[in-house]
Amino acid sequence: MNHSRRRFATIGAIALSAALALTACAAPGDGDGDGGDGGDELTQVKLQLQWLPQGQFAGYFAAQELGYFEDEGLDVEIIPSGGDIVPQDALANGDVDYAIAWVPKVLGSIEQGANLTDIAQIFQRSGTLQVSFADSGIDSVADFEGKKIGSWGFGNEWEIFAAMAAEGLDSSTVQIITQDFNMNAFLQGDIDAAQAMTYNEYAQLLETANPDTGELYQPDDFNVISYQDTVGAMLQDAIWADTERLESDDEYQDTTVKFLKAVIRGWVYAAENPEKASEITIGEGSGWGPSHELWMVNETNKLIWPSPNGIGVMDEAAWDATVAGALSAVNESGASPITEEPPASAWSNEWIQQALDELEGEGLDLTGENFEPIEVELTEGGN
Amino acid sequence: MTEVGAREANAVTDAAAVVAPGDAGARAAPPRRPGAGRGGRAGRGFAAWIWGLVGILTIALIWEGYKLLGPADGVVVGDLRIMPRTTDLAMPHVWQMLGRLFEPVTRADDALPLWAAVALAALTTLGIAAAGWLVGVVVGIGLALVMQRWRIAEWGLLPWIVLSQTVPLIAFAPIVKSWGSRVEIGAFEWQDWMSVALIASYLAFFPIAIGALKGLQSPDRIHTELMETYAAGYWQTLVKLRFPAAVPYLLPALRLGAANAVIGAVVAEVSTGLQGGIGRILIQFAGQASGDPAKAWGPIFGAIVLGLVAAGSVALLGVILSNYRRNEEHA
Repeated sequence: MNHSRRRFATIGAIALSAALALTACAAPGDGDGDGGDGGDELTQVKLQLQWLPQGQFAGYFAAQELGYFEDEGLDVEIIPSGGDIVPQDALANGDVDYAIAWVPKVLGSIEQGANLTDIAQIFQRSGTLQVSFADSGIDSVADFEGKKIGSWGFGNEWEIFAAMAAEGLDSSTVQIITQDFNMNAFLQGDIDAAQAMTYNEYAQLLETANPDTGELYQPDDFNVISYQDTVGAMLQDAIWADTERLESDDEYQDTTVKFLKAVIRGWVYAAENPEKASEITIGEGSGWGPSHELWMVNETNKLIWPSPNGIGVMDEAAWDATVAGALSAVNESGASPITEEPPASAWSNEWIQQALDELEGEGLDLTGENFEPIEVELTEGGN
Repeated sequence: MTEVGAREANAVTDAAAVVAPGDAGARAAPPRRPGAGRGGRAGRGFAAWIWGLVGILTIALIWEGYKLLGPADGVVVGDLRIMPRTTDLAMPHVWQMLGRLFEPVTRADDALPLWAAVALAALTTLGIAAAGWLVGVVVGIGLALVMQRWRIAEWGLLPWIVLSQTVPLIAFAPIVKSWGSRVEIGAFEWQDWMSVALIASYLAFFPIAIGALKGLQSPDRIHTELMETYAAGYWQTLVKLRFPAAVPYLLPALRLGAANAVIGAVVAEVSTGLQGGIGRILIQFAGQASGDPAKAWGPIFGAIVLGLVAAGSVALLGVILSNYRRNEEHA
């Protein structure tokens, strides 16, 4: 009696935990279900981002949310990264169809044998800064000598070393400190000059209360070196595609142009409606507060627009400068991103030009000639 | 024929009644005195809560005490900082961290309070970890059964099982995700959370396989021989003798497995970039720790509670199986 009751209890407990596990599992699946409704005729496309959902990718989220992808007959799944998922590896492995990644990182992968093509150079300029306190005496890259220089590593560091190489400095002349996800190491003095993106970490500094005044830090509290103004500047967010499929797969070629058209619309929308693009991004799971997100979208817009030849069209001089910088950069472990010139297939304006041509006459500002950034007021904590 | 079978089974049940308590019989749990025992247990439960609370308060006091008295720049020996800085950036006040939990995550209109966001994320991770744990239990016990049945399987499998745990998770995670993105069988499509659950199960199955094997092998020769004299087959011996004997070994292994599954799930979430779980907000809020230092501690507390809940759920299983756990090995 006692025995069987206990057995019932055991079975019950197991059933309960199984049910719990299953319901918990079902929950994330439900969300995906909605996206699949009526998606039978749409072409499935996977886009791999290089970090968490945030304003840096607002244009893609806008294209998704506003149905621009669907209008082109595409069902796009935007896959965030944020850990050990390397976008160009995911693309080279065939896990995704397109990937967003910085140019020097992918150049390294291409030299390792990946067969990838930059089909749209979305960011026309570099958004990397090296930030130090105003009294640090670090006003230019030449002043790095003997200082503690912050870097994220993982291929985000090449601009630093390319700019230093141009000043005749190598990594042994500075102390490289690996930065984590926030600016605390810099604020506490472990780093003299910290790496920061205009659209993220620099804003984090301006969202932090200065313990001396109790007020938020102000731009004049810092010296800011923008790599865009140095020879180290390298191209950043670009859309990458599989070279082989681009050459031989008609359907993929067709999808590529459609995809780029929708992306262009997304970014044009973000340029004209930064507030709404920021809201869309928050809705896609970005954990930033509204002020930080809006700052991010606005600063990202500044990196894209104006694009004199049309959004996404490669500026050949910038490409060459990136390659030259990547060839000259040597990091603290003696490694360079690349040792020889990349193949000609590493970039192509063919697809983006076709997409731009097809959008011509729709009244979209494809070069950003009328683009005006907005003023964003940051609040404490970025909340 | 059936009658004989039934009688046999009865005999075996009786045998189990004799055998299962086994060597534990001699030092069985103290006799339960119905009235006094219950009151005593309630008292003990109450005391446990008090001690738990005292422990938390002590940690909070040490935290605040060090923050008050410790040097702002921490304690540095040579180039090595052995004690952390005491600034608000590095060590927010306990009340700031607690207070932050009840403020909204962001200024957005529909923002949840931080504790709710953390709790939701923790539940998501718990669900994934539970799925991983269940897979780990099935695989672990399955492997243990095979290894117990055939000595040669033990020789062949055990080194690989040990070796499997030396593969670094950060190398393993992207591969699992990459495989997963290719799995599509009919209407079944691999979901990203399944990659995370798979990695959690990969960490969870190990202690369970080892613990279950040891438990299944634990009955003494005289017990197995007694089963043989009853003409009990492999399955009967398994159900009536080996499984009950394995319970004391299995429970700590399941608890270890649960802890491993939670750790595996959190790390794999970070690694594969899965949204919605506690691993994701750990990273997300760590990125916001300069302007809002207290916020980054929310998911850390959430992860601690998550681990406790996972271990506690397994303890519940132990209560159900208490009949079999007279001489539990402490892991």
